[in-house]
Amino acid sequence: MVGIVGYGSYLPRYRIKVESIAKEWGADPETIKRGLQLYEKTVPGLDEDTITISVEAARNALKRAGINPKDIGAVYIGSESHPYAVKPSGTILIDALGIGPDVHVASYEFACKAGSEAMYVAYSLVKAGEMKYALGIGADTSQGAPGDALEYSASAGGAAFIMGKDNVVAEILFTNSYTSDTPDFWRREHEFYPRHAARFTGEPAYFKHVVNASNALLEKSKMKPEDFKYAVFHMPNGKFPQMAGKKLGFTKEQLEVGWIVPWMGNTYSGSSPTGLSAILDVAEPGDKIFMVSFGSGAGSDGFIFKVTDKIKDIQDKAVKLRDMLDNGKIYLDYGQYAKFRGKIILNE
Amino acid sequence: MISPRYHREIPQRYRLEAGKCKGCGYVSFPPRLVCPECGKNDFDLFKLDNEGKLLTYTIIRVGSDKFVGKTPFAVGIVELKDGVKLTTQIADVNLDELKIGQQVKLVFRKIQDEGKSGLHCYGYKAILI
Repeated sequence: MVGIVGYGSYLPRYRIKVESIAKEWGADPETIKRGLQLYEKTVPGLDEDTITISVEAARNALKRAGINPKDIGAVYIGSESHPYAVKPSGTILIDALGIGPDVHVASYEFACKAGSEAMYVAYSLVKAGEMKYALGIGADTSQGAPGDALEYSASAGGAAFIMGKDNVVAEILFTNSYTSDTPDFWRREHEFYPRHAARFTGEPAYFKHVVNASNALLEKSKMKPEDFKYAVFHMPNGKFPQMAGKKLGFTKEQLEVGWIVPWMGNTYSGSSPTGLSAILDVAEPGDKIFMVSFGSGAGSDGFIFKVTDKIKDIQDKAVKLRDMLDNGKIYLDYGQYAKFRGKIILNE
Repeated sequence: MISPRYHREIPQRYRLEAGKCKGCGYVSFPPRLVCPECGKNDFDLFKLDNEGKLLTYTIIRVGSDKFVGKTPFAVGIVELKDGVKLTTQIADVNLDELKIGQQVKLVFRKIQDEGKSGLHCYGYKAILI
């Protein structure tokens, strides 16, 4: 049996409400809240980035797994906001957590699905017998240009998953990936903000990949939507995952626990992974979980998990996603937000 | 911070590694070569508990060059459960909520940037618990 032996997540304490952003750009907050189903989003502190978020999420995963960090043979961090263009984020994480130096480390990038890529490769290496444990992380401090629709959604957070063969809390039963050249969203080298193709990000990109990856996964597993207790899809806004779920035959109840985007925003590479983390926090032995990510460019990774008896032993060993989402919030106004996100030009 | 010095301090800044004198149990952070209490030079390395309490603090309102744009922020002295006292920034806090004696824990944060093209320097900061 191969699967998750420890998981953890991290969200910054700072928040900004849709109203605060809409006010600056003369937009109607009620229209945005209704259209995108977003109410507020997380904002990274001035001293937080993909590396610090990954470290805190991985610390929570290690607390739950209760393993020796030296036994981790690979560390992969998926993000589209790695602080360095050249120097893998994982090099800093392994020294912070006491992993390695006998460890394989790499940074992954695939828009919003870099986190599920990291999980996929970590799982595959353990399944292949190359190592005892491997750590896959999805984290981002995502960028949205001032005044762009993305500014209402681009947020910060991440989740970490330790894959192993012993004391598995969620067995991975099936995986599937679906990828094509679909130019719906991109960021050129040296550009500060990404560009997107507006409505083209919907049907030809998000829905095509999420739905096809999901259908292929259902076919491969010979399972039906009603076989699952929970489902989580990539959450670029509140609306898309609900629509994708409905198209596939999943109910609102199956999506509810992992659907954290209205109050968290889109944590990009951390989106469906943080949703999965929220589900694992409350899952019961025997529950089956359906997860499909999406990364622009474009592609989707799908996983089917089966929760084991051991989940109850580890759920309370670290902070839960919902506790971080609902408590200890510090609200920012738009001026503070612009400063926190480096949107104000300062003298050198 | 130049790369060699930053690299040398990683065990303390990232992992809170301290030295405990095998002779008298004195804990030094960062580790020393010679115990200031008993003069022995034999230490066990260990990782400090990351929780403690805030002994005192001050608010920085005029930052040095690398902290322009980050003011106001709090810097305090924290006493960890192992008895070690260290100076650290206190993050994620409304400054008017700070009180001496509050329980804190150390978390991993970015401390400073070496300009636009230099290193990002990471280490510990305290947050309230």
